[in-house]
Amino acid sequence: MQDTSWVPLFPEGASSFAWEVDALYFYLIAVSAFFAIIVVAAVFYFFIKYREREKFATPPEIHGSIPLELFWSFVPFVISMTIFLGGAIVYYNQYKIPEDTMEIFVVGKQWMWKVQHGTGQREINELHVPVGRKVKLTMTTEDVLHDFYIPAFRTKADVVPGRYTSLWFEATKPGKYRLFCAEYCGLNHSGMGGWVYVMEQRDFDNWLAGNLSNQTPVQQGQDLFTNKLGCASCHAGGQNQRGAILEGIFGKEVKLVGGQTVIADEEYIRNSILNPAGQVVEGYQPIMPTFKGQVTEEQLVALVAYIKSLSGQSGTTAAPMTPATDGTTAAPANTAGAGK
Amino acid sequence: MENVDSINTGEEKGEEKVNYLTNGFSVKSWLLTKDHKRIAIMYLISVSVFFVLGGIYAGLIRLELLTPASDLLESGSYNKVFTQHGVIMVFFYLIPAIPAVLGNFLLPIMIGAKDLAFPRINLLSLYIYWVGGSLTLFALMQGGVDTGWTFYTPYSTTFSNSFVMLVGLGVFINGFSSILTGLNFIVTTHTMRAPGMTWFRLPLFVWAQYATSLVMILGTPVVAITILLLAVERLTQTGIFDPALGGDPILFQHLFWFYSHPAVYIMILPSMGVISELISNFSRKKIFGYEFIAFSSIAIAVFGFLVWGHHMFVSGQSIYAGLVFSFLTMVVAVPSAIKVFNWTATMYKGSISYDTPMLYAIGFLGLFLIGGLTGLFLGSVGLTVHVTDTYFVVAHFHYVMVGGTVLGYLGGIHYWWPKMTGKMYSEFWGRISAMLVFIGFNLTFFPQFILGYQGMPRRYAAYPEEFQVLNIFSTAGASVLGIGMILPVIYLVGSLINGKSAGPNPWLLPGLEWRTSSPPPTFNFEKTPVVTWEAYSFGEDSGLDIEEARRESTVSPTA
Ligand code: HEC
Ligand code: HEM
Ligand SMILES: [Cu+2]
Ligand SMILES: [Cu+2]
Repeated sequence: MQDTSWVPLFPEGASSFAWEVDALYFYLIAVSAFFAIIVVAAVFYFFIKYREREKFATPPEIHGSIPLELFWSFVPFVISMTIFLGGAIVYYNQYKIPEDTMEIFVVGKQWMWKVQHGTGQREINELHVPVGRKVKLTMTTEDVLHDFYIPAFRTKADVVPGRYTSLWFEATKPGKYRLFCAEYCGLNHSGMGGWVYVMEQRDFDNWLAGNLSNQTPVQQGQDLFTNKLGCASCHAGGQNQRGAILEGIFGKEVKLVGGQTVIADEEYIRNSILNPAGQVVEGYQPIMPTFKGQVTEEQLVALVAYIKSLSGQSGTTAAPMTPATDGTTAAPANTAGAGK
Repeated sequence: MENVDSINTGEEKGEEKVNYLTNGFSVKSWLLTKDHKRIAIMYLISVSVFFVLGGIYAGLIRLELLTPASDLLESGSYNKVFTQHGVIMVFFYLIPAIPAVLGNFLLPIMIGAKDLAFPRINLLSLYIYWVGGSLTLFALMQGGVDTGWTFYTPYSTTFSNSFVMLVGLGVFINGFSSILTGLNFIVTTHTMRAPGMTWFRLPLFVWAQYATSLVMILGTPVVAITILLLAVERLTQTGIFDPALGGDPILFQHLFWFYSHPAVYIMILPSMGVISELISNFSRKKIFGYEFIAFSSIAIAVFGFLVWGHHMFVSGQSIYAGLVFSFLTMVVAVPSAIKVFNWTATMYKGSISYDTPMLYAIGFLGLFLIGGLTGLFLGSVGLTVHVTDTYFVVAHFHYVMVGGTVLGYLGGIHYWWPKMTGKMYSEFWGRISAMLVFIGFNLTFFPQFILGYQGMPRRYAAYPEEFQVLNIFSTAGASVLGIGMILPVIYLVGSLINGKSAGPNPWLLPGLEWRTSSPPPTFNFEKTPVVTWEAYSFGEDSGLDIEEARRESTVSPTA
């Protein structure tokens, strides 16, 4: 890591890979300066040295030079490959979701961000995260494209209707950082933002405790599953159930009618609920009705969380470390100045 | 070819020679003309109207962004203003500007032909442009459109209740104008070159037009189909792009950029062609590495079709697709670099004049350099995740599209103005405007790189206060830029009234366009020229009478 606070007009960096992005940026500035200085110096030098001294002169003809051409094709090519490689490595770190993350759900909606923590807390246009923890955002939208962008973390990802996208980061510095929507989404696009509060773990726990919610997404999903949507009527009958077995499927391969196999990830579960006929599990009849139009994105997120939990994947590793003693604890005195 | 005038005298009518401008004065003689030069002039006027309109929108954008709050325009209007700025500039100015104006006027003359291969189709393409343009203007008057020039779904299909269909139709129709122009240029270049005008004697401007035409006829149908699909979804609720209907919103982005990335080359390649002409001619030196410049145009045109995904690095496409597109983007950058080096080398040991067109060309070099280099930033995936969809991208593409295309266009207009009109403009004002444009441009757009890295997202009507200072710089720069752009309108039009007569070849240059009178006669040359010299040869073998010209220039500077 490096300190960039002395660089004028330079934005603060506050995620584990922010310095990598900055390093790449400085490398590119160096490369650009190198080429720009050479070209600009040559242009100016020629421009002055060879200025017209006599009207309609006929200077010597020079057709070109193959060695020179090869030289100035090869050098930029090599340099551009280093830029590619640097970019590829940083990109991989930014977009490859690591293991053991704390998962938070984000649903975009014209023009707000709705956030739900694994422990059930909800926030709007704010996101509280602990410092030094790997956080994964699983995101979707109820309407159009949006983009979840935190400049200080040097990362962003589009939020796409009809599917899940994800974003991860590990915040390195407690503080308050801007959150923007970076994909044009209509009327109030520029108002669709807020703050990300990075807090010390203890403060974060206090915050969670002070914002106690009634149900975690898993509990909420269970409620939908057994009571509200009646999934249990087919999926919870033990050996004789009509629906596919959901226990233990998450992250495993599922054999489909037609011989294909797919990995049961969040996206797959989501599709199984919205469009069951699209991917029918081998050995079952395609009798599951579609729930499209009957569940909101937030309910879907809860159902997915519940089904994941059936495989021992809680996605809710954010359980408070210091148990909330009583629901009326005073608001956390966190350093980040989170306003709540 | 001893006497420059011997091959270019038009028909005699009394004392005055008839040229393409004086050959008929009725409105009909213009509207039904088959003369590529008249069509070019009509394009020049139309394109300028759109450019001014787009410029007014740009002014509104910059004024709104002077303050953090959305006070001058509320967000709804702001969204329409930036959308319409983009639509007009991209589809009705940048894409047609150089091919339809300069290409139309010069391509036949430069290869020694009487006209394009299909003069009627050429006129048709102008009418199509008018129809598409009028529809779009009509849509703007009805209330306009607010989707961004990229028309991303599902916003454009399901959510926006602005005039998406009408503007889409305008752009769709306009596409056919590009296709026809491209087709015409390709056929003309293949079949109508004058005797002796071999492929490697073609001016690089012609090569650039040729490469552009390839992209136009291969790429434009894709955007046409995409817009059609958009219309089908909007009208019939068939699920193509909207996931609520079972479609895929990312598919739209793939289709859109499959055209629109190559389209950025439709915008820049012609300008690169102009710059090759300017640098070589105003250094009076054969262009350095002719073949490399020519083939790099073709390489850009071909490989440009493989990199569309670099606009979608954060759209949710797979990591591995992102890596491949990044790699290919880096590869495409190389031909552009080659061009820059060759242009620079061309000046070596030249005899460089500081006339207005050359100043524009130098300005182009500086700005395109920055535009191209920041393209590398954006092609480097890890970095672009941070800066995509911010002002960094806005700055980048303005450096290439304004710094590149508009400067090339203005340079070209100044360079060929004497040919097109027969008049010289004021060199003094020309130089002033070239410098104002350069300074104003940098002041406007350089701060936006910094804003982008700081994280200011694009398409924002209101922004946090910490971004204000740089935005003020940007708006101030835009005012200078605006003045720099208005000046040419004044002194160029003024030159029509009181400009000095230019004569056929004011700079004593070897290109075929300079071997006919200014303005040229309707069929360009009296006798078909026979080309015996290489491109860009300024010496005796070009058949130019240098001694004579020098002697005359000491008597009267513009003889
Ligand atoms: C009418 C009975 C029925 C109901 C009600 C039902 N399902 Fe299903 N479900 C099935 C059957 C049968 C399959 C296997 C065939 C298929 O893939 O469509 C299945 C498959 C699935 C799968 C894919 C499992 C795998 O192993 O890949 C998921 C996930 C699922 N259902 C979730 C749900 C949820 C959540 C609900 C409630 C919102 C629900 N189901 C309601 C019958 C039902
Ligand atoms: C040569 C002329 C060029 C033109 C006319 C041009 C034009 C544009 C335009 C219009 C955009 C913005 C599109 C939008 O989102 O609205 C853009 C973005 C981009 N350009 Fe260029 N560009 C040029 C050169 C380059 C070069 C040489 C590179 C790479 C080496 C490059 C890489 C990119 C990338 C990667 C983006 C996507 C940025 C993003 O959205 O993150 N461009 N360009
Ligand atoms: Cu938005
Ligand atoms: Cu592109």
